[in-house]
Amino acid sequence: MRSVVLALLPVSAFAVYQFGLSVLLLLITTTVVAVATEWLFARLSGQGNTVSDWSAVITGLLLGLTLPPGFPLWMAAVAAFVGIALGKALFGGLGYNVMNPALVGRAFVQAAFPVAITTWTPAFAPERFAELIPSTLTLPFMQPVPIDDWVAGLGLDAWSGATPLALQKFQQIELPLSDVFSGTIAGSAGETSAILILVCGLWLAWRRMLDWRIPASVMAGAVLTALPFWLLDPTLYPSPWFVLCSGGLMLGAWFMASDMVASPVTARGAIIYGLFIGVLTVIIRLFGGLVEGVMYAILLANALGPLISGWTQPRVYGAGSRPKA
Amino acid sequence: MALFSIFPRRKTFDHGIYPVEHKELTADKPIRRMPFAPELVIPLEQHKGKPAIPTVRVGQEVVRGEPIAEADGHVSVPMHAPATGVIRDIALAPTAAGPKAPAIYLKVYQAASQRVLFDSAPDLAAMSRAELVAAVQQAGLVGLGGAAFPSHVKLVPPEGRTIETVLVNGCECEPYLTCDHRIMLEQTAALVRGIQLVLRATGAERAVIGVEDNKLDAVEHLRREIPADLPITAEAVQSKYPQGAERMLIKSLTGREVPVGGLPADVGVAVYNVGTLAQMGDLLPKGQGLIERVVTVSGPGVERPGNFMVPVGTPLRFLLEQVGLKESFGEVILGGPMMGMAVASLDVPVTKAVSGVVVLEREDLDLAERKVYPCIKCGACVEACPISLNPSVLGELAQVRDYATMAEHYHLDQCFECGCCAYVCPSNIPLTQYFRIAKAINREDEQ
Repeated sequence: MRSVVLALLPVSAFAVYQFGLSVLLLLITTTVVAVATEWLFARLSGQGNTVSDWSAVITGLLLGLTLPPGFPLWMAAVAAFVGIALGKALFGGLGYNVMNPALVGRAFVQAAFPVAITTWTPAFAPERFAELIPSTLTLPFMQPVPIDDWVAGLGLDAWSGATPLALQKFQQIELPLSDVFSGTIAGSAGETSAILILVCGLWLAWRRMLDWRIPASVMAGAVLTALPFWLLDPTLYPSPWFVLCSGGLMLGAWFMASDMVASPVTARGAIIYGLFIGVLTVIIRLFGGLVEGVMYAILLANALGPLISGWTQPRVYGAGSRPKA
Repeated sequence: MALFSIFPRRKTFDHGIYPVEHKELTADKPIRRMPFAPELVIPLEQHKGKPAIPTVRVGQEVVRGEPIAEADGHVSVPMHAPATGVIRDIALAPTAAGPKAPAIYLKVYQAASQRVLFDSAPDLAAMSRAELVAAVQQAGLVGLGGAAFPSHVKLVPPEGRTIETVLVNGCECEPYLTCDHRIMLEQTAALVRGIQLVLRATGAERAVIGVEDNKLDAVEHLRREIPADLPITAEAVQSKYPQGAERMLIKSLTGREVPVGGLPADVGVAVYNVGTLAQMGDLLPKGQGLIERVVTVSGPGVERPGNFMVPVGTPLRFLLEQVGLKESFGEVILGGPMMGMAVASLDVPVTKAVSGVVVLEREDLDLAERKVYPCIKCGACVEACPISLNPSVLGELAQVRDYATMAEHYHLDQCFECGCCAYVCPSNIPLTQYFRIAKAINREDEQ
């Protein structure tokens, strides 16, 4: 588990470098609240010290990385609490949760605070290490202050307040691949740099800390679904490469979908599960009301995980049947 | 992985693991003779089936090779004196399994010539199949790969079954062990004679020797030495644990699977270890019984590791004195480290089932003390289990002691405790141990 934390550190560092102090506070908040919640519920349920398995740290970090850089800290704390409490502790703790706890937390705040979670700030703002994004320090249970004036004060040209995904979806403007690949764009704190996530993820796969089949099949599913539409009408639909590198697809594929607890246990199951996520993500992005579909695609696939495990359980040696899942 | 099946590769089975082999410690150490211990301890139950019945009295002098116990029925074998000496006692002795069991204590005459009692050589060529089977039983032969199942029983397939192919197991997939490797290199003639005898006794058409591809020198050596007119071939299989498990090797070499609850004879094969057949080829023509076997003594806790011809009944303490036990030794394992058993006492003797003695150092044992975390459903065990069980679910059921469900719905009885699942588990869950306990409790409930 510590290796996963280690692999997330470069991604986190880049997020802080890109968006400044606000993201540092955001990541600290989600991690600390996640760990505290874990500690509290482990105590209440008499499980002893479960913080030392590092899983709550991973949940906290991952959750922070999926939130917008200027996301109010109190809302982030709610997300972390809900993720661990409802997404994990309620099921019995590590190993028993059906869905990825970080995404459960994010889904909760997506529903609860739809505006705050779609309020984006520009990358590489000039004073990002000297001042916070105004919405970061919103008082608990208060609406975040609008950041339009603050953004205008930065003096950036051509800031539309939209992520590359939204630009593509609503205005059919596809940002250059080099930007979305390297991550010099707006978006959630840790999802922007496809290349960095890829490298860290590959390192984990090489260390056998994650099943390479899952990210590989997520990416394959996404590319194969996006390809025919793009060939049909490249002005309306995004290119498969853009689909792959934009939004939360890389972070989701390498660090969320690959969550061992919530994914199928069999090798064939992992491929079906990954393809399902990739296909569903693109369908939501192209035809859904939402701009981004990774989160719901993974949560839905998580729910199907045990079923897929059952279907793909290999036949027992010398027996006509397979064991139950 | 099915994905890579387009590339040519060695024959193998599904799943399994790749533990570090450590075979270089002894792979090039020729078999040397272990001296006689002052006293040998010969348990009456060294084989599967009924224990042998002693035919000697306390105080009786015996000559090396002389029968000292007789078989009790069909699934049992006799014992022969591993040395010339006097029977000091017939009493309980410590065993690797734990509980003490009856054994013959033989005080060795150190000055004796230790020439093996030599009767008249039987005329093997004139023997019928049934007589051959009886001769194999009389020789006290059991599976020397570790299972110690009486060899003659497998020569006679059940009614309605025929044995087409004899599979000869030279895989030796356990880490550290190299005794079978040395036997294939050094006792080739005896091995070939043994295979021919088994072919005759079973009426099988051909024999295939399966050897893991970490011993290609043995494969080449066998191919060179086996006369071309014999229906015996040597085949390399992938080096993967547990390739040497009977059911795995059958799958690798024939592509067939022994049905649940069935026998290898159900798919037309019988499997014999190379060590067993080398002994058979050596002993049967002389009309002698099994009194010694090749044992690999290895591991980081041993000063001079090697392969030794060890008299049955040699106490571990004596054996380890000969090879030098390091100060830092932590645990002595009979067999290989994957499926072997750690002994509680060095008074436990080497039996016919002991293919290796592996000594680990104390620092190797921190593994056993690592913290156990909850199952995170990573599926590593599912991908490792060579018989495609679901150890993840079985483990959870074991934790709530639902042993009946484990057997009824999850094929627990198919588990042969190879240890792959526990080896790969990132949460350090002692799965194999759970399953061993679950099977034992289910057996008790049945009775």
